[in-house]
Amino acid sequence: MSKLWVLVFGATMETLSMVLFSTLFSLILGLPLGILLAATSSEEQGGIIPHPVLNNLLGRIVNVLRSFPFIILMILLFPLSRLLIGTSIGTTATIVPLSIAAAPFVARIIETALKEVDPGVVQAARAMGSTNFQIVRKVLIPEALPSLVSGVTLTIINLIGYSAMAGAIGGGGLGDLAIRYGYQRFRGDIMFVAVVVILVLVEIIQVIGNKISARLLARR
Amino acid sequence: MQINLKDLKRTYGDLHAVDGISLSIPSNTIYGIIGKSGAGKSTLVRLISLLERPDAGEVFFDDIRVDDLKKDALIERRRRIGMIFQNFNLFSSRNAEQNIAYPLEITGTPKGEIDQRVQTLLALVGLEGRGKAPISTLSGGQKQRVAIARALACNPDILFCDEATSALDPQTTHSILALLKDIQRKMSLTVVMITHQMEVVRDACDQVAVLNDGVVVEQGLVADIFANPSSEVTKEFLTHLVGVDDASASDQMVQWSKNSGAYTLRFRGGTTDQPILSKISRQVGVDFNIRAGGVQKVGDVHIGTMIVDINGEAEAQKKAIEALNQMGVVVEEEQSI
Ligand SMILES: Nc1ncnc2c1ncn2[C@@H]1O[C@H](COP(=O)(O)OP(=O)(O)O)[C@@H](O)[C@H]1O
Ligand SMILES: [Mg+2]
Repeated sequence: MSKLWVLVFGATMETLSMVLFSTLFSLILGLPLGILLAATSSEEQGGIIPHPVLNNLLGRIVNVLRSFPFIILMILLFPLSRLLIGTSIGTTATIVPLSIAAAPFVARIIETALKEVDPGVVQAARAMGSTNFQIVRKVLIPEALPSLVSGVTLTIINLIGYSAMAGAIGGGGLGDLAIRYGYQRFRGDIMFVAVVVILVLVEIIQVIGNKISARLLARR
Repeated sequence: MQINLKDLKRTYGDLHAVDGISLSIPSNTIYGIIGKSGAGKSTLVRLISLLERPDAGEVFFDDIRVDDLKKDALIERRRRIGMIFQNFNLFSSRNAEQNIAYPLEITGTPKGEIDQRVQTLLALVGLEGRGKAPISTLSGGQKQRVAIARALACNPDILFCDEATSALDPQTTHSILALLKDIQRKMSLTVVMITHQMEVVRDACDQVAVLNDGVVVEQGLVADIFANPSSEVTKEFLTHLVGVDDASASDQMVQWSKNSGAYTLRFRGGTTDQPILSKISRQVGVDFNIRAGGVQKVGDVHIGTMIVDINGEAEAQKKAIEALNQMGVVVEEEQSI
């Protein structure tokens, strides 16, 4: 009995670290991309430095990456994981494909949130002599913060799902546990506990995300 | 700061939003620009406030050309222009005082100085103690006051108001206009006030330009234009103002105008004191039938408007109109009844 909990605890920690780091890295990759997508969009869409060619190119790259099935992307990225981490198996190695899979998703979410900001407010900021950088940092991001928080919440939840999938091909974490013990060794109890823990994690993240977003809105 | 516009043009596709506008806006006044929706007012103000570049033409601030400034100089110049809008355009992520602090933050003002300046500005616009209020808790008038304080934070020399009172009720409009007039005097600002409401021009502006389809159709001192409008657009704005186009007035017009023309008389200042109508009535033998009338105070001048029928023989009617003109009364015949 206690062996089960040791296993589940270890796998949960692995999942959490995978999700934490891949969220972090996907934000590092996706945030600039999302800002660039919003900024280079047309004037009517509130772009502050409209650039149709760049916007189109970035949009296409993001769409191609997003339409890749995650499992395929992960296999394709094995060489990259090996290059960066030294191995293509295990928790640390899985962070690479997870981050890259989530980055275009993050970019779109950030782009959408920034485009929702009232163009009139951006015009006012520009009229006051804001630089483009100041508009992004002091206007667009703060104004869009509640939507951005909701977007990050959604990203984390997706990453929990992806990380479980990654378990199927040696990714570690709760998904890995469920497959190796629950499926391959017919341990239904372990499978059940792993699934419940995943559901609980998703629920906790959702509740926290909603709380933060609501609190930000309530202060306005 | 004097503003000079030379043959400004801005087209969107094949729509000539601003189609060759030349204006001279004097320093230290409130200059109105009035026009119907779609006349090109907002486009014009975006050109003068350096938010957009004209396709042709030039903008000068005190003889310095500003429409072709390079990036850094442009941002520097914008920082000395204030602007307020119909929808206030305040930052919802910031409270009142943080909104007012924004232009000071982006110009790198030290924190202590910002705090001090923000308190001064809050007092200036009559919002002492409301600095911590989230924007959503403020009324429309209070929001516009925050926007005014924010626009004035960096001591601008020009203030642009694009339909600044159009979202406000008449009472609030009145108090915001009073505030703007007060601030204009205190800070010797050049205020450019864009509006579609003649009341705003009447109550706040010294001079006015009337805009229609991207061109200036009439401009001058507000008192002159009220007394003697020359363009159809201006006359229409004035008609709305005296409220003679409402249903009851036109009902009466039909009833009373069977055999006589209907005329709008406009007169200003001194002429208002004399019993002109009864005098002329006796001299040429016509009867005046007064349907509507009123006196407007435009700046320091009283402008009277009266809608009358002139009953009598055609010859006598003509004489009456001539006599009125001689006494400085502008007579317009109603277009259609
Ligand atoms: N960015 C734009 N793109 C295309 N058309 C525009 C744009 N801005 C204004 N217009 C058009 O130019 C004309 C004048 O608009 P505007 O200056 O906003 O008028 P006003 O402020 O007097 O109502 C309108 O017909 C409007 O549709
Ligand atoms: Mg407008």
